[in-house]
Formats: sequence, structure tokens, C-alpha cells
Amino acid sequence: MAVIVDYDAGNLKSVERACREVGLSAEISSDPKRIRKAERVIFPGVGAAGSAMRSLAASGVDRALVDAFEASTPILGICLGLQISLEYSEENDTDTLGLLPGEVRRFRLDDPELKVPHMGWNAVRVIRPHPVLDGIEQGDEFYFVHAYRPIPENSADVIAESVYEGPFCSALGRANYVATQFHPEKSGRVGLRLLERFAEWDGRVAVDPAQPSDGDDTASQFDSSRSVVSRSRQRSA
Amino acid sequence: MLSKRLIACLDVRDGHLAKSVKFVDTKDIGDPVAKAREYYLDGLDELVFYDITASSEGRRIILDVVEAVAEQVFIPLSVGGGVASVADATDLRLAGAEKINVNSAAVRRPALIAECAEAIGDQNVVLSMDIRRIEPSAHMPSGYEIVINGGRKPMGIDALSWAREGERLGAGELVVNSIDADGTREGYELGLTRMLSEAVRIPVIASGGAGEPDHLYDVLTDGKADAALVASMVHYGDYTVSGLKRHLHGRGVKMRMSW
Repeated sequence: MAVIVDYDAGNLKSVERACREVGLSAEISSDPKRIRKAERVIFPGVGAAGSAMRSLAASGVDRALVDAFEASTPILGICLGLQISLEYSEENDTDTLGLLPGEVRRFRLDDPELKVPHMGWNAVRVIRPHPVLDGIEQGDEFYFVHAYRPIPENSADVIAESVYEGPFCSALGRANYVATQFHPEKSGRVGLRLLERFAEWDGRVAVDPAQPSDGDDTASQFDSSRSVVSRSRQRSA
Repeated sequence: MLSKRLIACLDVRDGHLAKSVKFVDTKDIGDPVAKAREYYLDGLDELVFYDITASSEGRRIILDVVEAVAEQVFIPLSVGGGVASVADATDLRLAGAEKINVNSAAVRRPALIAECAEAIGDQNVVLSMDIRRIEPSAHMPSGYEIVINGGRKPMGIDALSWAREGERLGAGELVVNSIDADGTREGYELGLTRMLSEAVRIPVIASGGAGEPDHLYDVLTDGKADAALVASMVHYGDYTVSGLKRHLHGRGVKMRMSW
């Protein structure tokens, strides 16, 4: 049984229906006890980071998610769920859960023809093999709706990228946590296959991507994030 | 980069699929749930249901249709027709609609757009505009006028200024539906679509007039639309969803080609 985390952040029934379609029995719950005991957790969400964090804190779900992460429960974040698993979001200037180091920033694009939010179907390129992304082929597209993009501090946490003007992280993973910026429940059969693989996943990855790699090739991309992340840490301390 | 989207529109009246020509003469052409499933499996990118039911009691039926489709179609689902309040929008969302189209009620009361955007998020509010060509005037300089109530009531509102106002109020997308082109199969109204697409920073869906594959090509390139909406082209079996996508892809339009 999976628990789909309910925190007043959008319509969860589409996620529930997609789970049912792939044979994953799931209940929608905002009960921290059920989340801590869940076999696996799906953390979806659409909406704004600020109100989402307030809702999570009010129900105690924020701590339950951290506990589930530390207890090695397989967790799938989707869209806003991914974004608020990092440490800070520029949206509403919000300190977020901090399961993984990094921050979320609004798309700032030079091309005036490109629209924000980034909405529609876009290709997802797997850059680090992960059991949940297994089988995604070149050219497979997923459905996105978001105005902000995740910037994990460690490039080792980035498991897939997409391109909107420049490349951005479209899926991240560390240990038992995996998350997609796109919506697998709205991405046709390639999305359902991803949910199916999550349903079978034991929460382990062959090579532990949690090891931060120093001197990584994308360091410059994340430089600007460090100051913001440290600022958010000081503030929350 | 984003692919252009192919969207199929299903007009539903009393739970049945209908198709109109220039907004009149609607007739039954089948089961909307079966059609939705067929198009989904054939690679459709997004589905729109438009409830053209006249009676208020008939309106409950659309919720059942949406719910049945959402059980078996895993792409974005957009629903409109008669949405006049946040409660209407919320009911449709709970039934399984991702996006809500507002149209006539938003023209009568523009705050509806902002209220829906607040309740379900900007990106899920689609402003659907029925537009007819007119002589440009001081009052309506773009030469296009907003019409409501299924094409029956001209409002004396300039389409260009209404598109901008809709964006400002929080609409996440625009549907540009040309009444003059609707059902003619002679092609989308390219000038209108391009004008509105250049005027806003939200995606524009072109609607009305598609009759052959190159009409889609034209509106996605010259017309600067982000998505092309089709109805009769696919409903009567003249063309398939996958066939249209292959045609566009073959002409160099970026489309989602694996599903």
C-alpha cells in the first residue's frame, strides 16, 4: 500500500487513478502516522511553495516526510513535491523541507518567444541510470507544468535533464528518494511505466548517488545557488 | 524544447458527442468516452471536452463523462462549457479535469478568471474565446469581436484587448476559436491566431476551421500557435491522430512522436 500525501496542493485523484491503472494500491492521506508507516510514499503537488509549506507544517506532515526519508521508505516526489523537497524556493521566498540540498528558482529566459510556465510535452534525457527511470528511451516525452525549476546543489543528485532554452534538472534521486518535475500520471504510457517501476522499486540504487562529487562538471551552474542555500540555512537556524 | 500539441475537442451534449458547423446544426456522432480512449492510444497530446448541454440538469452528465474518461486516459484533460463559478470549476476538477475552460461567464464577469486562478492555479485556467471578424472601428480596432452564448451574442468587446485582460487576470492559456472558420474545413484563421499569440505570453491554442493536415502546419508555424485543436477531422475518421502527428513531424514541426 502506498500513501499519496494530501496537503491541499492540487488534485490528487489523477495520481490515484494512475496508480490504480498500474496495480499500485494507494490511499490519499494527510495523517503523519500513516505516512511514517507507509510501504511507499508518493508526494505530488501543484500550487505555490509558500502555502504548501504552511499546510505541511500545520498537519505535521513535514516531519513525517523527513522521517519516512530517513527510514528508507521509497518516496516519489512529483512537480511541487520535488521542488519543496529541496531547501529553498524562490517562490514566495520559502524555506522548504531540505531532504536534499539545493534550491528552486523561476525560469528566466532570454528568448521572448518562450513562455513561462513551461507547459506541455518535453523530452527527458536520463543522465544517471536509476531503477525508476529504467526503460525511458531517447525521444520519450513527458508532460510538464511549472514556472520554477529545481537546482540541486550536488550534480550527482540530478538523474535526468530536459531542455528549455538551457538544460534543467527534470528528475532527481538520492538513496530512497526519487522525484520528477514532470507529471508521470499525465504522461501517457511512458508515465504509467515510470509509476509501475516505482511500485516495484525497493528504494535502493545500484551506485549510491548520494556521494557528492567534487569538481563536477556542472559546478558553475550551481554556484549562484550556494549563497541562497546558505542564507536559507542561517535563517531557519 | 516543448513539442507543439495536438488537441482533440469533443463537444458533448447530454453525454453524447456532437459536432457543430458554425456553431449550429449539432448532431450526434458517438460515445465520447470511447473516442477519448481511441485518441489517447493513438498519441493524442491533450483532450478537451466542451459541454454544450442546454439544460442545467443535463450538466451533471458531463461530470460522469469526465470521470469515466479520467479513469482510462492519462493525458491532460480540459473541460469547459457553462463554467460560471469556482464551484463549477472545482466539481469538474474533482471529476478528473486538469484544466478548466471559462468562456461566456468570464466575459460577463471577468473576476471569474481571477477567482478560478486563485482556486485551482493559473496554469489550469484556460480562457476560451469565441471570436468573429468585424470592420475595425475606434471601439474595436483589432477588427475582431468577442461573441458569447455559443456564438449567438456579440459583446462589442475587442478580442485583442480581452485576450490581454484575460492574461492579466490569471488565465494560463488561451483558446482562439474563430466563429467564421468553425466547421468550414477551410483552415484556421491565421491572422487572428498570430495576432493574439504575439500579444500574450501564455500559450495559444488555435481552434476552428481545420480540414486538412497542412492547416495544422500553417497555424503552428505562420499562426504561431502552441497547439492546434481538431474535431471533425478526426471524429469522422478522415484522419487519425497519429497520422496528423506524423505529417506535422515530417514537415519539421516538433511533435511528441513516441507514446
